[in-house]
Amino acid sequence: MHEDHSTPMAIVNVLYDAGSKDEDPGKTGFAHLFEHLMFGGSVNIPDFETPLQMAGGENNAYTSNDLTNYYIQLPAENIETAFWLESDRMLSLAFSEKSLDVQRKVVIEEFKEHYINKPYGDVWFHLRKMAYTQHPYQWMTIGKELSHIENASLKDVKNFFFKHYRPQNAILVVAGHVKTEAIKILAEKWFGDIPAGEKYVRNILPEPRQSAPRKKEIKCAVPLDALYKCWHMDDRMSKGYYVADLITEVLGGGGSSRLFQSLVKEKKLFSNIECYQYGTVDAGLLAIEGKLVKGVKMEDADKAVEEELEKLKLSGISDKELTKIKNKTESAIAFEDMSVMARANSIAFYELLGDAELFHSDRDKYFAITAEDILQYSRTIFDTNNSNTLYYYGEN
Amino acid sequence: MVKTKISEAGKINRAIPPAIKEPVDFDIKLPPCEKFTLSNGVEVYYVNLGEEDLLMLNWVFSAGNWFEEKKAVASATNYLLKNGTSQKTAFQLNEHFEYYGSYLSRSCHSETAEITLHCLNKHLNEVLPVVSEMITEAVYPEEELAIYSQNSQQRLKVGLQKNDFVAGRLIDSYLFGEKHPYGTYNNLEDYAALRRDELVSFYNQYYKNGRCIIFAAGKIPGDLEQQLENYFGKLPIKSHRSAGNEIIHPLQPSAQKKYVITNDPNGVQAAIRIVRPFPNRQHPDFQKVLVLNNVFGGFFGSRLSNNIREDKGYTYGIYSYIMNQVRESGWMISTEAGKEVSEATIGEVYKEMQLLREEPVDDEELQMIRNYMIGTVLGDMDGPFQVIGRWKNLLLNGLDEAYFYKGIEIAKTITAEELQQLANKYLQPEEFYELVVV
Repeated sequence: MHEDHSTPMAIVNVLYDAGSKDEDPGKTGFAHLFEHLMFGGSVNIPDFETPLQMAGGENNAYTSNDLTNYYIQLPAENIETAFWLESDRMLSLAFSEKSLDVQRKVVIEEFKEHYINKPYGDVWFHLRKMAYTQHPYQWMTIGKELSHIENASLKDVKNFFFKHYRPQNAILVVAGHVKTEAIKILAEKWFGDIPAGEKYVRNILPEPRQSAPRKKEIKCAVPLDALYKCWHMDDRMSKGYYVADLITEVLGGGGSSRLFQSLVKEKKLFSNIECYQYGTVDAGLLAIEGKLVKGVKMEDADKAVEEELEKLKLSGISDKELTKIKNKTESAIAFEDMSVMARANSIAFYELLGDAELFHSDRDKYFAITAEDILQYSRTIFDTNNSNTLYYYGEN
Repeated sequence: MVKTKISEAGKINRAIPPAIKEPVDFDIKLPPCEKFTLSNGVEVYYVNLGEEDLLMLNWVFSAGNWFEEKKAVASATNYLLKNGTSQKTAFQLNEHFEYYGSYLSRSCHSETAEITLHCLNKHLNEVLPVVSEMITEAVYPEEELAIYSQNSQQRLKVGLQKNDFVAGRLIDSYLFGEKHPYGTYNNLEDYAALRRDELVSFYNQYYKNGRCIIFAAGKIPGDLEQQLENYFGKLPIKSHRSAGNEIIHPLQPSAQKKYVITNDPNGVQAAIRIVRPFPNRQHPDFQKVLVLNNVFGGFFGSRLSNNIREDKGYTYGIYSYIMNQVRESGWMISTEAGKEVSEATIGEVYKEMQLLREEPVDDEELQMIRNYMIGTVLGDMDGPFQVIGRWKNLLLNGLDEAYFYKGIEIAKTITAEELQQLANKYLQPEEFYELVVV
C-alpha cells in the first residue's frame, strides 16, 4: 500500500514473478506473448478494455527477462473496477483461439518493427547469445525467433497460466488516493477466494564465470560501423550492482562523462557512445555501445575504449566525479518518484526482490559507495576475460 | 458527490461490473498557474505543486525553424547553445549542470526553440547563472559545429534507413509543402553547409535579443521571482508578445495525393501515413474533432486499434491524431504494418471512415469515449510538470483556461449526430494524402 492523497487517481499494479527467463529454450518469447493474451478476455469478463475505459481508466503492461507487470490507473472512486478486472484474469483467462491467433500476429509485427525492420535492431540477439552460455538471459524477451511465437499453442498458454499466474507468484500494489483499510476489504473480496496455486520453484543455474574474452564480427546492411561491448556484473541485490550502476554514470552518463568527452569530442572516433546496465535481478551485463565516425577503424575505436577503461582501473575517479554521480543519482531518484505510477511499479519490484521496504532504503546504498569501491569493482568487471565484443560492420 | 460503496464481502458475482462513478460526473479543475513579469517584459508562468524539493524551468524562445533563412540553422543554433560560452567550454558547461545533479536539455520546433532545466531546488543558485550565460554569451566554436555537423549527418544516415522516419518526413512535406517550416526536413548537405557566422547571427537575433516566455513548475521557492529577475530580468531578451519580424510562409501542399516509396527493399514492414489538412485550435470544430478522433483512432480502445490490431493482427499499433502545430494542422493516421497486409490495412482505415460517416456512434461507445477522455484528463494532471504542460499548450496557442473547460464540456455533451456530421465533413478519403514507405 502506498497512499498519496495529492492525486485524485489510484494505481492498481499486479506483478507476476514470471519473465522470459522462465521459458523453455524451445518456446521463447512466450512470457511476452502471454502478456498480450492477458487482454484477450478472462473467464467472466469477455472484454477487458471497455469497462475500464468506461470507468475512466487506462492500463498497460510490460514483460522483462525477470517479470511481467500489469498496471491500471483510474479515478480513485472507481478503484473496484480495477480489482474486478485484475482478479478475474488472475482467476482464469477465457483462453480464446481467436485471441491467440490475433496476438501471435501482433507480436510478430512487434518483433519485425523493433528487431528486424530497424537498423542495429538485432544486436542484442548476438550479444546475449555470446555473453550467456547457460543462463536464460541468453534470449531476448521478444523471443529467439519468429517461429517460436508462430508455434505457440493454446495448450502452451494454459500451462503457462496455471504454472505462473497464480496468487502465489503475484504481488499486488495499490497506490494513490486510497485508504489502506478499504483496500484490505476489496483485496480480500476480489482476490481472497482465488486458489493460491503451487509455488513455482525456479531452477535456473547461474551463468558460469567467463574465463576468456569472446568476440564476434557481423556485417549488416547499415550505414555505419558500430562497436558493442559487454561485461558480466553482479546481481541486483549485491553491492556490485550499485557500484556498476555508478560506473555507467562515470563512463556514459551525459555530456561530461568520460567516454563521451574523450571519444566523441576529443578523439572524434565515435559519433555517439553510451554506457548502461540492464538492472536485471540475476547477474547482468554492463554494456558500452557506440557508432563509429566514418573512416575510423574498428580496432582503433575498440582500443580507445579499452584505454579509457584502463585509466579507470588504474586511477579510479576524482572526488569531483564521485560527488557529481551521487548528485545525479539523488536527483534522478527524486524526479522518478514524482509519478505515483512509477512509485507503485518500483514498490512491486522491490517486493519481488524480497522486501517492499527497500523502496525507502535502496537509495542509501548508492550514497555509501566510495571511490575505492569504484576502483576495485572496475578492475573486477573490466577484466579482459570477462569481456564480450561485437564488431558490427555496415556495408560499403 | 456520490461515493461508490464497496459491496459486502462474501459470494460475489464476477460477471457483474462494480458500480462506477461516471467520469463525466467529475468536476475537473485545472490547478492554477500564476504569473509575474520581469523588468524587461519577459513573462514567467508557474505552477506551484508537488512534494519533492525540485523544479522544472523552461525558456521558450521564438526561435524555431520558422525564422531560419537557411535549412538546419535554427536547430543547430539551439543544440549548440550548450557547447561553449565566453567563459566555459562545452565540457565545463556539461560538467557544471551534471555536478549539481541537474539536466539541461534543448529542443527546436517549428515556431519555438527551448531550453529546459530540471534541478533540485537546493542547487538552483548554482545553475541559474549558467543558463543566463548560455543566453548571453554562447560562442559557437568552429570545432563544436564541425562535430555537430558530422554527427548529425551520421545520425541522419541511420534514420534514413528506417521506413517510419522517412515516412514522417515525407508526409509533412506533402501536407504543408517542402519549403514550409512545417513540411521542411534536413538533408545531409544542409548539415554540411552550416556556417558559424549564420549560427551566431541567428543566436544574436533570436536568443540574445530574442522574444522569450518562461515556464516553471514544481515546489516553487519563495525567491524564484527575485532569482529570475537577477539573472534574466536585465537581459536584452523581451516579451514573447513583442513585435518581431513576422515572416509569412505560404502553404504549398502537394498536388499528388498518393505515394508509394521504396526505401528498404528487404524490409518486412511498411510505414503507412494518411493525413488531411486540418485547422488549428482556434477553429470551432477542433475540440469536437478531438472526441471524434478518439472514437476513430485516438487510443488503444479506438476503432482503428480494435479492428486493425485487435481483430486482424496487421500491426503492433495504429493511431490517429491531430498534429500539434500552431497555425495549421493535420489529421494523421500512422502505423507500421506487415508488408503483405499494408494494402488491407489502408482499406480498413477507409472502411472505418465510411462507417463513421454513415452510422451514428451508439450511446454506449460514446459514453465510453467520454469517460475515457475525462479519465485521461484527470490522470494527466498527476504532478506539476503535467499541469504546466497543459498551461503551456494553452498559452503558446494564445488560449486560456476557458478553452480547457470548453474542451471538457464538449467531451461531456457532444452528440452522436454532431460527430457524424463532423465525420462527413472531415473523413473524406479524397482529401487525404496517402503514403506507403516500404
